[in-house]
Amino acid sequence: MQIFKCPFCGTRNETEFRYTGQVGKLRPEPASQIEEGEWAKYVHFTENVRGPSREIWTHMTCGEVFFMTRDSQTMRVLATEALRRDTQ
Amino acid sequence: MTGLRVSGYGKIDTSRTLRFRFDGNSYFGHPGDTVASALLACGVRVVNRSFKYHRPRGILGSWVEEPNAIVDLIVNARRTPNCRATTTSLLDGMELFSLNGYPNAACDRLALIDKFARFIPASFYYKTFIWPNWHIYEPSIRAMTGLGTASLDWQASFYAVQQNIDCDVLVVGGGAAGLAAAKSSAQAGKSVILVDDRDAFGGWLNEGNHTVENISSEAWIRKQIEALQVAGARMLLRTTAFGIYDHNLVTLNQVHDDGRQDTLHRVRARLVILATGAIERPLTFSGNDSPGVMCAQAAASYLHRYGVLVGKNIAVASNNTLTDEVSAAMRRAGAEVSCIDVSELDNVTYQHNDLKLQLRNGIRRSVDTVLMSGGFTPTVHLHCQAGGKLDWRDDILAFVPRSDLEDVWTIGAAAGEFNLARALESAFESASGRRTKLGDRSWHLQSAWPIPNSKGRQWIDFQNDVTLKDIELAARENMVSVEHLKRYTTLGMANDQGKTSNMPGLAAMAAITGKTIPETGTTTYRPPFVPIPLGSFAGTQSGELFAPIKRLSLENEHKASEAVFREYGGWLRPAWYGRGEAQQHVQREARIARTSAGLMDSSPLGKIEIFGPDAAKFVDFVYYNTMSTLKPGAIRYGFLLSETGVILDDGVLSRISENHFVVSCSSSHVESVTLALDIWRQDQFDADRVFILNSTAQWATLNVTGPRSKDIINSASLGFTVDDDALPHMNFVSFEGVRISRVSFTGDRSYEINVSSNEAGDYWKKLTNAGREYGACLLGLEALLILRAEKGLIVVGKDTDGETMPHDIGFPIPRQKKQKEYVGKRSLFTDEANRADRRTLVGLSVDGHPLATGSHVVQHQNSGYQSIGFVTSSYVSPNTGGPIAMAMLREGLRRIGDTVNVYHLGEIRTAVVCNACVLDKDWERLNA
Amino acid sequence: MTRHYSALNLIKEGLNNQLGWQPAFRSAKPKRSYDIVVIGGGGHGLATAYYLAKQHKISNVAVIERGWIGGGNTGRNTTVIRSNYFYPQSAALYELSLSLYEQLSRELNYNIMFSQRGMMVLAHSEAEMEIAARSVNAMQLNRVDAELLTRKEVHKLAPILNFSPKARFPIYGAVNQPRAGTARHDAVAWAYARAADHLGVDIIQNCEVLGFTRQGGKISGIATTQGEIDCERIGVAVAGSSSVLAELGGYQLPILTYSLQAFVSEPVKPIMNTIAFSPGAGTYFSQSDKGEIVFGGALDRIPSYAQRGNPPAQQSVIAGLLEMAPLLGQLRLLRQWAGAVDVTPDSSPIMGPSGVPGIYVNCGWGTGGFKAIPAGGTLFAHLLATDTHHPISQPFDVSRFKRGELIDEGAASGIAH
Repeated sequence: MQIFKCPFCGTRNETEFRYTGQVGKLRPEPASQIEEGEWAKYVHFTENVRGPSREIWTHMTCGEVFFMTRDSQTMRVLATEALRRDTQ
Repeated sequence: MTGLRVSGYGKIDTSRTLRFRFDGNSYFGHPGDTVASALLACGVRVVNRSFKYHRPRGILGSWVEEPNAIVDLIVNARRTPNCRATTTSLLDGMELFSLNGYPNAACDRLALIDKFARFIPASFYYKTFIWPNWHIYEPSIRAMTGLGTASLDWQASFYAVQQNIDCDVLVVGGGAAGLAAAKSSAQAGKSVILVDDRDAFGGWLNEGNHTVENISSEAWIRKQIEALQVAGARMLLRTTAFGIYDHNLVTLNQVHDDGRQDTLHRVRARLVILATGAIERPLTFSGNDSPGVMCAQAAASYLHRYGVLVGKNIAVASNNTLTDEVSAAMRRAGAEVSCIDVSELDNVTYQHNDLKLQLRNGIRRSVDTVLMSGGFTPTVHLHCQAGGKLDWRDDILAFVPRSDLEDVWTIGAAAGEFNLARALESAFESASGRRTKLGDRSWHLQSAWPIPNSKGRQWIDFQNDVTLKDIELAARENMVSVEHLKRYTTLGMANDQGKTSNMPGLAAMAAITGKTIPETGTTTYRPPFVPIPLGSFAGTQSGELFAPIKRLSLENEHKASEAVFREYGGWLRPAWYGRGEAQQHVQREARIARTSAGLMDSSPLGKIEIFGPDAAKFVDFVYYNTMSTLKPGAIRYGFLLSETGVILDDGVLSRISENHFVVSCSSSHVESVTLALDIWRQDQFDADRVFILNSTAQWATLNVTGPRSKDIINSASLGFTVDDDALPHMNFVSFEGVRISRVSFTGDRSYEINVSSNEAGDYWKKLTNAGREYGACLLGLEALLILRAEKGLIVVGKDTDGETMPHDIGFPIPRQKKQKEYVGKRSLFTDEANRADRRTLVGLSVDGHPLATGSHVVQHQNSGYQSIGFVTSSYVSPNTGGPIAMAMLREGLRRIGDTVNVYHLGEIRTAVVCNACVLDKDWERLNA
Repeated sequence: MTRHYSALNLIKEGLNNQLGWQPAFRSAKPKRSYDIVVIGGGGHGLATAYYLAKQHKISNVAVIERGWIGGGNTGRNTTVIRSNYFYPQSAALYELSLSLYEQLSRELNYNIMFSQRGMMVLAHSEAEMEIAARSVNAMQLNRVDAELLTRKEVHKLAPILNFSPKARFPIYGAVNQPRAGTARHDAVAWAYARAADHLGVDIIQNCEVLGFTRQGGKISGIATTQGEIDCERIGVAVAGSSSVLAELGGYQLPILTYSLQAFVSEPVKPIMNTIAFSPGAGTYFSQSDKGEIVFGGALDRIPSYAQRGNPPAQQSVIAGLLEMAPLLGQLRLLRQWAGAVDVTPDSSPIMGPSGVPGIYVNCGWGTGGFKAIPAGGTLFAHLLATDTHHPISQPFDVSRFKRGELIDEGAASGIAH
């Protein structure tokens, strides 16, 4: 049972969290000007980093979306950052 | 007779007698005995037959490392397969059965197999059974493998309790080092948990005569326990720490002897101290699997713990000086003990209940027991599971944990420290947060690894019958990596998990390949450290609690109305009302709902509120449809898509005010939709200007549908009335916290009354009473499904799947016209989305009995059929008077009017493609 | 010198102290160059090398394996082989594999113990029976053996399942594929390795790829821990590590790597003669020829290369097992492990050119790569040998994502009502 830290609620069991995506994927807009390869890249393609990377996570209990820097090989959590500056 | 009970030894209560049977014979033992100690005390030598060669086997060890003495047992009429005799407490009335011997261990018909052993070495089964077919041979092989026998009528009598514990220090192992570390940590003010898998603390202190800190070991142990109690430490016996997982979570399994299921503890500790000791290695020599050949430390354990002397005429072969104490103890207890030089030992044969030794110098001896020791292997499993690495120590010929983990430390014998004083020192240091460097050893050993290409049959893995020759064969076939060695020979894969076989096995491979042992390496350590009952993991996550079903606040009311419940989308809901045959009720309800009215509890319907200054912008983004043009008080039907353009959910959106909307979504998707919306909110919008609240559970939604629905509501004394001017279709009104929406899933005039869940009962009662006056019925979900199908309305996940886009089911406008950006927009214009032959929603008309849901619409292709669609919903409609069906069909709209073939389980019938809406095509009944 | 596997040779070598058996495969030292290099010594990579030599007569091939062959997902799965998929493209792919498996032992002269005792997917409600009918019909139309079983028929095949009236997931029926079954997973890797080696393929273990070498802007080979190897065509079949190689090669993939746990109980005498999967319980199980109950379920839904899972998923899968067959509660967990599986958005594999000329990929098999080893091998060999798709692998090209032409087998099983 891993434990993660929600910036809003604090340390909670892994079952309360959900991996939400890769950081840094900007949504290509407007649709009429986006080439299909670029759109597919945004929707489907991933870096899938082996090792430390910054990820987007959601704490489902409170709905808070936040960043977690995590190592996908050692499974260690390296940092947790709030999306918003004012979250305690 | 070999083993016997000696007085003056042992810590068990010999005044009470327990009776048990083994393979039909009666024996007795005492409380505190293990099955193994009792069998040994009764002189039982052969306890099993080996898995492959059916050789007679005796007890080799004394605890978890035991590979041979596995039995099925029956106690209190419950059978448990595959019990390790050395770790199973003896209980009165136990009935035990050996495995693998037909009919029993003493006398095995299949012993003949051993004569053909040369033809069935490791992995022989890969080299044959190819022609004609594996299936010919498989059944016989399956019948012969497997250890114990599972009972087909077994039922869990209890559920395993699961506990979560948090502490500063978890000490695994309550021997000298563990006790010392736990006591010191506790006295330093830390919250401590100390666990040991035995029924008493002390570890090896209980297997000899020791003095610790100048007092007897018994007294010293008592002192530590008292100090631990005073300091508030928690102590668990019969508890095995079997796994360590990410973020330092340790799982423990605690055994109870009173019939209760084991308890699983999940411990999160700041620091885990492993004092798990070491396991003795057997020696590898010809005939080392003979009954009566045991590990020396095991003999010491039997003597000092249980008062059992394993033999009277004992030969001791050891490569190390730690065995000296064991020999001395055996002598003191009255056995004749002779020491054999390991390098002199040529062969041991089991003959006529005795062991015949053959030494290299030609001497032959006859003994009843051989005690062997090849050194000790520190129990490093948890350290390795936690990701720690091992270092090889040539001085003790063992792998020890490297000090590379911040929060998992190893002390004592498990760290390669076999000197009591030094072990205690490092234990005390660990409590102060210091890791000590380990110093000189105080004992000696010589290398006594298996010697490749030596004569005779020398056992490495006793349970899986893997010999040194098998390892040579593996090497010959180039299966030289330790993982290949393991899988090829099955060494270490028996239920003793290689505790006595892994080291000799890899040492043998190292010798064969000319590598060092550290170069050869070990296989990966994984949980569980010992086999753990599956029930411990399941705990109470069983039956209803496995996947708790959501229940309506009006459940009792529905029950009182004779509702028959079924599970729909995670909710327990009335499928129909009334006893007896289902279809008559379903048809009745669907008919009455259109002639008078139906009352339905639609509370599971999702109600997700969106509010804030940017709420309108938000709904325009998350919805396929344009929603910001909705006026307050109005309702619009729409779709939520995923970024792949596929329909995630459908439902209506109500605008409460300028900045307040309510999303109504499918009952089964409430959590996933709420989550998806909240992620968009935080990702794409200013989260201070849009807010989301899932209020589904707060609101009960009571649906009244049908021509008399308005009359019923107006006569129910609800405190308000409705009329068409004030409340046209697809609008709502609010009255004192109640929201009355006119939305229709049936195509008839229909109202959804949203009240606070607490008041649902009151409203439901008033509505049902009023409804009775008009001949209305209670409407279950099955009838509702028919009503909406008559109108061609979809159910997401039933009529749609992971490919369906809004323009497939008759909603092309936003795709054509909506300028603003919305979720999934770009995906609606890919090549695939633009195809003319996409599956689209249609109806299928047939005569006679309804089509089977799941039938495929097919067209001819080559010599067979090709699917061009499938039936997604199919019913008998009491309102059209016949079967109706909905289907997703390629180029469906173009095919309207065509006759098509429909395939179901080999049968073909024809159907005519029509519009999905088969009743009231002009939708006049909405206002009827 | 005994090379051929047979009962006769077992007897011969039995009398010869097993001394005549030959290495199953050589421990080759890498040459400076090869025609084709296959990165990944799992089932797919080894099968590819075999079919390159066998079907395309290209044997100047090396298989480069970071650890020991078959040490990745091929050695970590629950050994199920089936072709009960919904879409025609998938049916063609997995049926090809199943039929190759059916005669693989004979073809490779190695008993992989493929035992076709069927697999059933249970249906726990009327709605699920409707989806089951849809699947069975789809399979039958795709010419795959499938039957829709009633509750009674399920009971006949697997009486230890939970037929109690109080079952949380009552059994209404099942989709059954009689030709599905299990095989010895390690044996599949070793069999292909031996056969490929005998045809001249070099199998190089303990050799990690550190990067791709380029010359004049084109891929010219690979750099490894055992030196550089030149070659113009490289096939990458490394499952969970696919993105790592992609990064080195300069292309992208739509995959995420997760840990998939698998479990084995202590062995008991035969009690279960088929494979059963319960979508409600989320678990499936079978009984191996050794008597162990082999089971698995959902992934640990957290991206991971660790090849180990954690207690929540472990608990769900085991609890699910006991819901399916409560009497298994009398057994103990003996072993657990995990693989690193590469999951695509549509639960269908990826095969084709990577986008970087010279590098071809075979990945994205997710939790279901073992059953596809023979097909993966022969199709990938075709691609590497001819630089064109075989018709069966064409739909699985990575370009399907930009066209929106996903083959969504996950969704085909139906979303809950």
